[in-house]
Amino acid sequence: MRITSRKSALSGLALVGVSTLLLAGCASAPETPSGSPAPGASNFKPCMVSDSGGFDDKSFNQIGKEGLDAAAKDLGVKPIEVESQAETDYASNIDNLVSDGCNIIVTVGFLLADATKAAATANPDVDFAIIDDSSISLPNVKPIVFDTAQAAFLAGYAAASYSKSGIVGTFGGIPIPPVTIFMDGFVDGVNYYNTAKGKNVKALGWDVAKQDGAFTGGFDANDTAKSTAQNLIDQGADVILPVGGPIYKSAAQAIKDSGKDIALIGVDADVTQTDPSIADILLTSVMKGIAVGVSDVVKSTADGKFDNSPFVGTLANGGVGIAPFHSFESKVDPGLQGELDALKADIVSGKVKVESPSSPK
Amino acid sequence: MTESRTPEDDQLPQVNLETQMSESARTPQDEEEIVERSRTATVIREIMSGSAVMSVLAVVFALIIGGILIAATDARVQETAGYFFSRPGDMLSAIWNSVSGAYIALFQGSVYNFRRPGFANGIKPLLDTLTFATPLIVAGLGVALGFRAGLFNIGGRGQMLFGAAAAGWVAFSFDLPVGIHLILAIVAGIAAGAIWGGVAGYLKARTGAHEVITTIMLNYVAYFFVYWMLSTPGLLQAPGSNNPKTPAMKETAILPLIFGPSYSLHWGFIIAIAATIFVWWLLNRSSLGFQFKAVGFNPKAARVAGMNVNRMFTYVMLFSGGLVGLAGVFQVLGTVTTGFSAGIDAGIGFDAITVALLGRSRPWGVFAAGILFGAFKAGGFTMQATQQIPIDIVLVVQSIIVLLIAAPPLVRAIFRLPAPNLLEPAGSAKLQGKKAVVSK
Repeated sequence: MRITSRKSALSGLALVGVSTLLLAGCASAPETPSGSPAPGASNFKPCMVSDSGGFDDKSFNQIGKEGLDAAAKDLGVKPIEVESQAETDYASNIDNLVSDGCNIIVTVGFLLADATKAAATANPDVDFAIIDDSSISLPNVKPIVFDTAQAAFLAGYAAASYSKSGIVGTFGGIPIPPVTIFMDGFVDGVNYYNTAKGKNVKALGWDVAKQDGAFTGGFDANDTAKSTAQNLIDQGADVILPVGGPIYKSAAQAIKDSGKDIALIGVDADVTQTDPSIADILLTSVMKGIAVGVSDVVKSTADGKFDNSPFVGTLANGGVGIAPFHSFESKVDPGLQGELDALKADIVSGKVKVESPSSPK
Repeated sequence: MTESRTPEDDQLPQVNLETQMSESARTPQDEEEIVERSRTATVIREIMSGSAVMSVLAVVFALIIGGILIAATDARVQETAGYFFSRPGDMLSAIWNSVSGAYIALFQGSVYNFRRPGFANGIKPLLDTLTFATPLIVAGLGVALGFRAGLFNIGGRGQMLFGAAAAGWVAFSFDLPVGIHLILAIVAGIAAGAIWGGVAGYLKARTGAHEVITTIMLNYVAYFFVYWMLSTPGLLQAPGSNNPKTPAMKETAILPLIFGPSYSLHWGFIIAIAATIFVWWLLNRSSLGFQFKAVGFNPKAARVAGMNVNRMFTYVMLFSGGLVGLAGVFQVLGTVTTGFSAGIDAGIGFDAITVALLGRSRPWGVFAAGILFGAFKAGGFTMQATQQIPIDIVLVVQSIIVLLIAAPPLVRAIFRLPAPNLLEPAGSAKLQGKKAVVSK
C-alpha cells in the first residue's frame, strides 16, 4: 500500500517534470547553428585572478571584473576570470592561467603581490597588471594605482562649501596608504576652500602633518565604526567621509540615529548607484576608476603597447573623479559645480597642486 | 470534537513506542550494548562501518551529480535546450562538451596535462595534487584519530591557526642553523596545535563539556587571537607594514622541495607519509591506541576494564590537535612561504572532517582520501581557468560526497547494496576480538 502510493507519487512527479521539459524544448531551432565565436575575435586572452573576497564583493574585485568584461567586449574576445577562495590559491590560480595561454593576467589587490611577483619572474613572456600595489618593479608587471587625493580634494572643497556648521569630518578603516590618501586630499580640499573664500571650516578626524587620525581598526561595518561616526557628529560635523569599504553603512546608521541633517560622502564607486538605500543622505562620492584602469591597460596590451610604467588614475585621465550631487543638487550652492569644474581644470593643468605622502609616484 | 480527538492523540505515542520496541527487539542480545553506547559513538560507528566500495560509490555518484550541475549551468546547454525537439543533437553535444571538458580539465589539472610539452611538464599537476593533499592528509589523520576514540574534533581551524602561528613565529624571528631551525619550527607548530586540541579534551575530561561545542568555540578564539597578533607590531606583523600579515619565512626554516624548484612538492609530503605510518602504528600496534579505540567503542566498558577514560579524552585530543597543527605548519613552511595572514587555514580544518569520513577513519584510507581531495583542489583551478566552471561546483561535489558518506543507507538504496550488520562490520575481525576483551 505504502509502496504503491509512493510509486504513483513518483510517477506523477516524473510526469510533471517531463511535460515541463517537453514544453520548454518546443521552440524552433535558430536559423544558423551558432557556436563559432563572434567575427573579428582575435586570439588575445585577457585574464584576472580575484583575491579571497571573490568577484561578488561589491568592491574592487567586482569593479575590476567589470573593467575586464568591458575591455573584452570592446576587443571581441572572451575574458577568463578565476576566483580565489584562500590565500593559498593565488599561486595556483596564476600558474593555471599562465599555462592556459593568457596574454595578460590582472591580479586584484596587494594580497596577490608576492604570488604575482613570483609568477612574473618565472614567466617573463606573460604580461601582468596588479591593482592597488606598486611594490613590484619587473619589466612585465604594470601596477594600476590611483591618485585619489585629487578627487578627494574636490570632495573636501564641496563639503566645506556645503557645511552649515563649519565643521566637517573624516575617519578611516586602517591607516594604510590606499585609505589615508583619501583623507589627505579631503582635508587639503577643505583648507583650500578656506584660503580661497576666507572662511574657517574645520576638518576633524585627520591630521595631514602628523599623518594621524580616527580609525576603526578594520573594514567591518560594526559598532566601532558607528561610534567613530557618532563622535564626529557630537563634535558638530555635518559632512562625514568614511574611508574603507562598508564602514560607510555604520556612519549612515549613526546619521539616521542622530536625526540631524548630516551628509555623507561615499568612496570607490558612485554609492548612490551601488547602495540606493542611502541616496537621500549622500552628498557625493569620491570615485576610484578601477574599471577604467583595468580596461585601459588590457586594451593597450591587446594593441601590443604594454609597458611596465604604472597606470596612475588621475582627474586628467578620468581614473578618479567625484560623482554628481544627485538629490543634493538643489541643496548645494548654485555656483559650486562651476567652481569645482574650474578647480578640476586647475588640478589637471598643475596650477593647483594636490600632494599626499601616499600618492603613487 | 476535542473528546473524539483525545484517544487518537493518546494512541500516537503508543504507536511510536511499539515501533521502537520492535526495532530494539530485533537485536535482543545486543540491546545492553546499544543502550550503553553513546549516540555520538553510534553515529561514528555507523559511518565507519561502510566498506571501501561505499566510499568509491559515493565519489562516483557525486561526480555524476556534479556533471548534471555543470551541464545545467552551462550557457550553451541552456541555449540549446530551448529548441531541443527541433534539433536535439545540439543540446546533447553541448552537454557532452561541457561535462567532458570539465572532467578532462579536472584530470589535466590534477594528474597529467597532455597539453604541456614533455613528461617533466605534464606530470606537474600530479605533484601539485600531492602538495595540496599534504596538509589534508595530516589534518584528516588528526580528525580520524578523534573519531576512533568517539570524539568529533571540529576545531581543526583553530588548531591549524595556532600551529601555523607558532611555526611561523619560530620560522621568521630566529636565526638558527639549517635543519635545527626547521625541526624547531615544526615541533613548535605541532605543540601549539596539540595544546589547543588538548584544551578541548581536558575540558571534556574534567567538566564533561561536549567537545563539539568547545572545539567550535575555540576556533573563534584562535582566529581572533591570531588576527590580533597579526595586526600588532612586534608580535606576528611584518615590521614596517600595516597589513595583518607576517614577514616571509627564513630560508633555513622552509621545507625543502623534493624535486627542485620547478615542482611545488615539499618534504611535508614525506612527513605526511610518516605521520600516516605513525597513526597506523598507534592505532593497531600500541597499547595507547588500543585504549583510544576501546573508549571510542564503549566508554563505560572501557572504564570497567580499568582504563582511565578521562585521561584518554585528553590524550587523544592532544594527538589529534598535534596532527592538525602539523597541517598548519605545512601551510606556512611549504605551501605559502612568503608570509601568511589569518586565512592561512584555507578551510582545511573543515575539509579534514570530510577526508576522515571518506577514509573511514583508517590511516591509509585517510591518506587516499586526502590525495583525492588534493586532486579536486588542484583540478578545480584548471576547471575554472580553462572551462570557466565556477569553483563552487567542485565544492558541491565534495559536499555531496560528505552527504552520501554521512548517510550510508542512502548510498545503499541508490546502488541497491545489502545492509551490513552494524555490530559486525565486514573485514574487522580484529575489532570484534577487542570487543570481547572490552566487554570482559
